[in-house]
Amino acid sequence: MGDQNTSMVQKYRNDFLKEVEANVEEGAWVKMCMQCGVCAGSCPLGPAWEHPPQEIFMMIRAGRREEVLKSESMWMCTSCYNCIVRCPRELPITHIMHGLANYAHRLGLAPKMNPTRRFAKIFWDNIAKSGRVNELELSVRLYFMDGFKAGVLKGLAMKDIGIGMMKTGRLNPFGLFAHKGCKDIKGIHKMLKKAYEIEDRKKGFVA
Amino acid sequence: MADMKVGAYLCQGCGLAERLDIKALAAVAQKEGKAQVVREHEFLCNGQGVAMIQKDIAEEGVNRVVIGACSRRAKVEAFHFPAAAITRVNLREQVIWSQPDTDEARELTQEMAADYIRMGCAEAKKTAVPVPNPAAGHNKRILVVGGGVTGMTAALEAARGGYDVLLVEKEAALGGFAAKLFRRVPFAEPYAEPQDNGVASLAAAIKATPRIKVFLGATTTRTSGAPGNFSVDITTESGPTVTEAVGAIVMATGFRPYDARRLPEFGFGASPLVVDQAGLEALARAAGEKGQAITRPDGKAVKSVAFVQCAGQRDASGTHLAYCSGHCCNTSIKQAMYFKDQNPDIDTAIIYTDLRTPGNGEDFYRSAQRKGVIFTKGQVAKVESAGDGLTVHFHDLILNDEAATISNVDLVVLATGQVPNSGVNIEAKPAEGADANVPSVSVLNLTYRQGPDVPQLKYGFTDSHFICFPYETRRTGIYTAGPVRRPMDMVQAIEDATGAALKAIQSVESASHGRAVHPRAGDLSYPSFRREGCTQCKRCTVECPFGAIDEDEQRYPLFNEGRCRRCGTCMGACPVRVISFENYSVDTVGAQIKAVDIPDEFSEKPRILLLACENDAYPALDMAGMNRRVSSAFVRTIPVRCLGSVNMIWITDALNSGYDGVMLMGCKHGDDYQCHFVKGSELANYRMSKIDDTLKNLNLEVDRVRIMEVAIADIERVPTLIDEYAAKIREIGMSPFKGF
Ligand code: SF4
Ligand code: SF4
Ligand code: SF4
Repeated sequence: MGDQNTSMVQKYRNDFLKEVEANVEEGAWVKMCMQCGVCAGSCPLGPAWEHPPQEIFMMIRAGRREEVLKSESMWMCTSCYNCIVRCPRELPITHIMHGLANYAHRLGLAPKMNPTRRFAKIFWDNIAKSGRVNELELSVRLYFMDGFKAGVLKGLAMKDIGIGMMKTGRLNPFGLFAHKGCKDIKGIHKMLKKAYEIEDRKKGFVA
Repeated sequence: MADMKVGAYLCQGCGLAERLDIKALAAVAQKEGKAQVVREHEFLCNGQGVAMIQKDIAEEGVNRVVIGACSRRAKVEAFHFPAAAITRVNLREQVIWSQPDTDEARELTQEMAADYIRMGCAEAKKTAVPVPNPAAGHNKRILVVGGGVTGMTAALEAARGGYDVLLVEKEAALGGFAAKLFRRVPFAEPYAEPQDNGVASLAAAIKATPRIKVFLGATTTRTSGAPGNFSVDITTESGPTVTEAVGAIVMATGFRPYDARRLPEFGFGASPLVVDQAGLEALARAAGEKGQAITRPDGKAVKSVAFVQCAGQRDASGTHLAYCSGHCCNTSIKQAMYFKDQNPDIDTAIIYTDLRTPGNGEDFYRSAQRKGVIFTKGQVAKVESAGDGLTVHFHDLILNDEAATISNVDLVVLATGQVPNSGVNIEAKPAEGADANVPSVSVLNLTYRQGPDVPQLKYGFTDSHFICFPYETRRTGIYTAGPVRRPMDMVQAIEDATGAALKAIQSVESASHGRAVHPRAGDLSYPSFRREGCTQCKRCTVECPFGAIDEDEQRYPLFNEGRCRRCGTCMGACPVRVISFENYSVDTVGAQIKAVDIPDEFSEKPRILLLACENDAYPALDMAGMNRRVSSAFVRTIPVRCLGSVNMIWITDALNSGYDGVMLMGCKHGDDYQCHFVKGSELANYRMSKIDDTLKNLNLEVDRVRIMEVAIADIERVPTLIDEYAAKIREIGMSPFKGF
């Protein structure tokens, strides 16, 4: 993992493009982008991105490895699929954005305090534990991730919604103590372990 | 002419009889038009009506036929009587269809129709029955100059059409530029891989065609004559010159690459690692012949290649080529594939500002991306030697990085453009002659008075009507095809070659019948001049857009009918008015102008003369009529072959006889001209720029004459132009010259 983080990349050569192809979900599509900019113009969050998808793809080809992997940009994607629908070259842009984010995270290069990354992590740990989301625990962890005081304030601000959800049976008020997970939790854990192993081997994360 | 007999035939169909008093028009034809035979018919264009005219021609000796019916553009086949001169009076499109169908409008509509009948009869009396060109040439052999892909294709197409071909190539072998290519851009599905350059199979096909005679190492050293009757000296390097007779010529002399030495900023010349696209093809061919991988010129392995697009092209500064050569993006894509196919680990980057992949190049582009070619939008600033290789400095236009670089590059390929091999620029101003890019060696060595090669339009590419007649040069019977005509790739050149071959065939066939080619295809008339009146001013010889007029030993103009396109520009130019056609002359139009009834100054009925180009303006007027677009009833329209044929005397005569205004409608002129006779409209504009003095001498307002540019699609605009001008005339007031 160490040398992957510090590898020297030549500019406008195929090194980083090849790395992305090999390790990022749908990464093989990056070379097919024709730089039309339709994705950048289609993304509802576009103006908020430092580097819209078009630029990210060009940066990959330009060999700007650190800049891409440390970027906050791909974490901005909300999976609205606007860009995928419009890209004339039919790139699965949304998937590539998540693929890049995931790869950066696995390399430990993703911005530590990026809220999307933190939420994703909480969400994954939550669902992986029992095979089913525990809404109350998820909300509590999310609200309190920035400390006790911030958590209380956020919880109060959201209380009406929480009560509403409880009334309609969407939130188990006793979830922290009694969460109904999947039947074969052990089986799920085994399956996930195997999946990690396969992916790690494929992407070169095996120690 | 003693035996002239005018027959006027008036149609009652298509609503003409409902809108017009045909009886009264018949009376005008008889009394004022002095037609000896006048007949009406309920449907003149049907079998009966046509037979009626035919019978008069055969039995009554009618030899001038005036048809008062629809536009001259309609029912052409029905009203085709080779034994008589035909005059068409357009009562339908430009009278009843362009005037309101109301009781109030009836009087003016009838006046309009009566004037047009007067004009038709007056014109008929000035025409003669055209006879085919007596000097018609009957040679149908086709000469193709240039044995590259374009030339070989043209030769094969002409031979397949059943015509004998002479193919002249200056090199020792056929193939031209294509023969220098290692591979070509693919022509067929799935447009993914470079293909064999195709030269061998074309050359084999030529060899297998007995109709095609090939001259290698040969040039055309003298070309004289006219379509159907060219005489060409073919000189071979080894010595002998043969003189051959041919009917038409296809010039397919191709291009040469722009001189990359003019691009020192990209390191060409300074480093052997910088080549142009042709240089890379040479490296690839050399390697391919040995079955080896492409290496650097110093023999070292290639690990990284950069392609610089638009090198010395699309240059706005005026230093290099101003245009895009169209093929070079696809060519660089192909060349990048040479390396990727050899070894996918070789890095290739194509630096472009706009990637242009015409034809099916988009698929080819994708194929290269799939192979891992890196495309980057950028503007290259500099290529320098660094260490053992090169560094390319560029401005990355997507990431807006002005200091982007690619280092350790083993080869840089410059995509320079195409420079046409079009011979001498016969219209160059002396100052331009110094341009090293413009060759001074003639290709055709024409003996024409206007110069030894076909005229050029811009950047050395040969001149042709881009929209309507792309292959026709300004030398009748000589057609250009391929990159000498405009920048293009091989697929386009093959299409061009086919088109030019077919045009050459058309030309030899027309010539052998003594007929004109495009745009007056089939016209039998040709210009003749009255020698006694000619002052040897040379205007006709200089202004003929097609170089049809030479000079005889006594320095009189020598018309080459076969080379003439029948535009009448010479007729418009002649200050003493001695040039005329059988069916179109200063008199045929002059008589029409004089035939119009001019009401007096207090009638409030102005008369506006409209001289309309028959190629665009007149059809637009017809179509406006078909759309029932109403326009002023005070306008009298006369179609002219080209604004270039307008003789100033028509305008001064019209003004002198009391017309209140004169409009001229012709095609666009300038570099992006649409004039079907290329220079006619430009010359007209030039001549008209001097009309102000004439108007001043007559003490008339400058607005009394106006020249307008009209395109065939201006159907809505034309009636508006007319009405606006009519309003302007109303504002200036009636002409003071009435009744003189
Ligand atoms: S899917 Fe993601 S990148 Fe694409 S438009 Fe939506 S938010 Fe933007
Ligand atoms: S829309 Fe597709 S092709 Fe266009 S820039 Fe975005 S990813 Fe590239
Ligand atoms: S000016 Fe026109 S009509 Fe006159 S000779 Fe030339 S081509 Fe023919």
